[in-house]
Amino acid sequence: MSTAEASGPSPSAPVSSADAILETQGLTKIFGGLVAVDDVSFRVPRGSIATIIGPNGAGKTTFFNMLTGLYKPSFGTVIFDGKDCTAKRPDLITAAGVARTFQNIRLFGTMTAVENVVVGRHARMKGSIFGAIFRPPYVRKAEKEGEEEARELLSFVGIHKRWHDQLASNLPYGDQRRVEIARALGSNPKLLLLDEPTAGMNPSESAELTKFMHKVRDERGVTLLLIEHDMKVVMGVSEQITVIDHGEKIAEGDPQEVRNNPRVVEAYLGKQG
Amino acid sequence: MSTAALRPSALRGRLPGTPRTQSRVLATVIVVVAVLLPYFYDDGSPFIEDCTIALAYVVMALGLNVVVGFAGLLDLGYVAFFAIGAYTIGWFASGFFDGQDIHIGVAEQFQNLPGIHLNFLLILIIAGILTALAGAILGFPTLRLRGDYIAIVTLAFGEIIGRTAINGDDGVFGIGHFNLTNGRQGINPIDKPDLPFIAPFTTLNLRPWYWLALALALLFVFVNVHLRDSRLGRAWIAVREDEVAAVSMGIPTTKVKLLAYSTGAAHGGIAGAFIGAFYEQVNADQFAFSFSIFVLAMIILGGLGSIWGVVVGAIALSFINTRLIPDVLNGVPGKIGLDFDLTQLGFGIFGFLLVIMMILRPQGLIPEKRHRAEFTEGIGGDETLVEVHQ
Repeated sequence: MSTAEASGPSPSAPVSSADAILETQGLTKIFGGLVAVDDVSFRVPRGSIATIIGPNGAGKTTFFNMLTGLYKPSFGTVIFDGKDCTAKRPDLITAAGVARTFQNIRLFGTMTAVENVVVGRHARMKGSIFGAIFRPPYVRKAEKEGEEEARELLSFVGIHKRWHDQLASNLPYGDQRRVEIARALGSNPKLLLLDEPTAGMNPSESAELTKFMHKVRDERGVTLLLIEHDMKVVMGVSEQITVIDHGEKIAEGDPQEVRNNPRVVEAYLGKQG
Repeated sequence: MSTAALRPSALRGRLPGTPRTQSRVLATVIVVVAVLLPYFYDDGSPFIEDCTIALAYVVMALGLNVVVGFAGLLDLGYVAFFAIGAYTIGWFASGFFDGQDIHIGVAEQFQNLPGIHLNFLLILIIAGILTALAGAILGFPTLRLRGDYIAIVTLAFGEIIGRTAINGDDGVFGIGHFNLTNGRQGINPIDKPDLPFIAPFTTLNLRPWYWLALALALLFVFVNVHLRDSRLGRAWIAVREDEVAAVSMGIPTTKVKLLAYSTGAAHGGIAGAFIGAFYEQVNADQFAFSFSIFVLAMIILGGLGSIWGVVVGAIALSFINTRLIPDVLNGVPGKIGLDFDLTQLGFGIFGFLLVIMMILRPQGLIPEKRHRAEFTEGIGGDETLVEVHQ
């Protein structure tokens, strides 16, 4: 039933460019004199779960921000789903099918959980200012559908019904992370970027989220790209791992390859004396 | 599928029916009382005049509330849209352009007058469009700014329009030698509206004016309620709360912000055109910075973002301005042996009111549920709020 398994490659299969949902070429970001991301070319196979790891300050979030259009790359290109998305406006990139969550949860605190997810659907809903004022039937229908789908998404990510109409900021921390994922899924993305989804979670919550990532990929056919620090999660969930250090890509491959790569060990633990 | 089918009914079951019905009944009673109010007073009563002005201010305040309350863009130049709206009716419903003879849809009494005379409703639409454009023009330079910096740019915009009005009798920005605003002399007389089904508008019978203002106020309350609960309204709140998150959710922030400016400005323009017609004149000295602050005080007093709060705030401040200070309280200084005129202290009194308000009820008279949450539960990411309310 899953579209991901039907069309996506198996994790170990060699990846051709036709199968890449996201591809960057020589992506570089320079802040003043600081090269935050340096000439990173990489590829995310369609239907996979890929992870970017690296020490703190390695440039991972900057890289994410370029992918989603929040930062304009200094050099290089971003190709999403066969289309050039370099330095496009973030809202257009979202509309094209890239959604994201944030390292520090950025929910709209004074909106309920449901409202947050409905905002995530913004790009998919219709309605001009005149539609808002006069509320023709199609707008009412879209509103009703929006709310229904938002509740379904919240249930899908595992938010209990009693929290649906609570203000997002009143939810427990782990649930806020899930609402953020539901909000991102609201835009019906093809690619979901999760920036440290298990930050601040205890081991059992992390394990649950790992399972949940597979569920998102398999049931909704969404490709996942993560930034993650928790190595247990990284090794358990990733089909492809990209390691970034000092803004440069230093290694790439499946968990086994990356684990044994001396440069990766060096980046994390320092050089052997 | 079956769960999806169940949900709407479950939804309805969860919403408590009684408070909603109660508020509907309350709203109906208020509207009926408001419609019948003029019959309890003389048709030329000053009270009806004050009510009419208060209702026009309601429209103004609702407009500023869209910009400041919904979208969170602090606009200190709102008077500009009052001015543009008022000049619209000055230009298109008076003898100001006496070289032109254009008459569209006006009563017989204006048919043979020189100048441009357009139908009142048409002028309201033109005023709305012109101010919406002006709002977008104001919006552009503020798009990349935040908070206080937006306030500074909008303040300057208000001042530019105000100065242009005063000096507009000899070109604009020093260009040309045409008369656009007639400077401090102002434009008058302005035609009275002529609308079907309503008694003719005269200076002696204020009831039609009142009903027209009431109709406009109700129309804009309706528009605002619908806007607030729409896709656009949610986008405004999202931009107010967290612009980065909003844009990452696919909200085109530029468009959404410009729409907030334009929508708010159109309110101000339409109310301005009405006020111009009501006073039968447009005068450059009306368009001072203090007017922007006056309208801002209304929405802060009522409750930022809260439609009903803003209505109450506008009516309250308008009545304090037109009745309480000049009529009721004006004798007080004289009685206690002081020799000054209280109306001169009008803005001092408003300022004092706001300070009291900030101490006793910072969320406004009728707070919006979201802002109330920020104040009572300390959310919204602003830690200082939590400290203040410990």
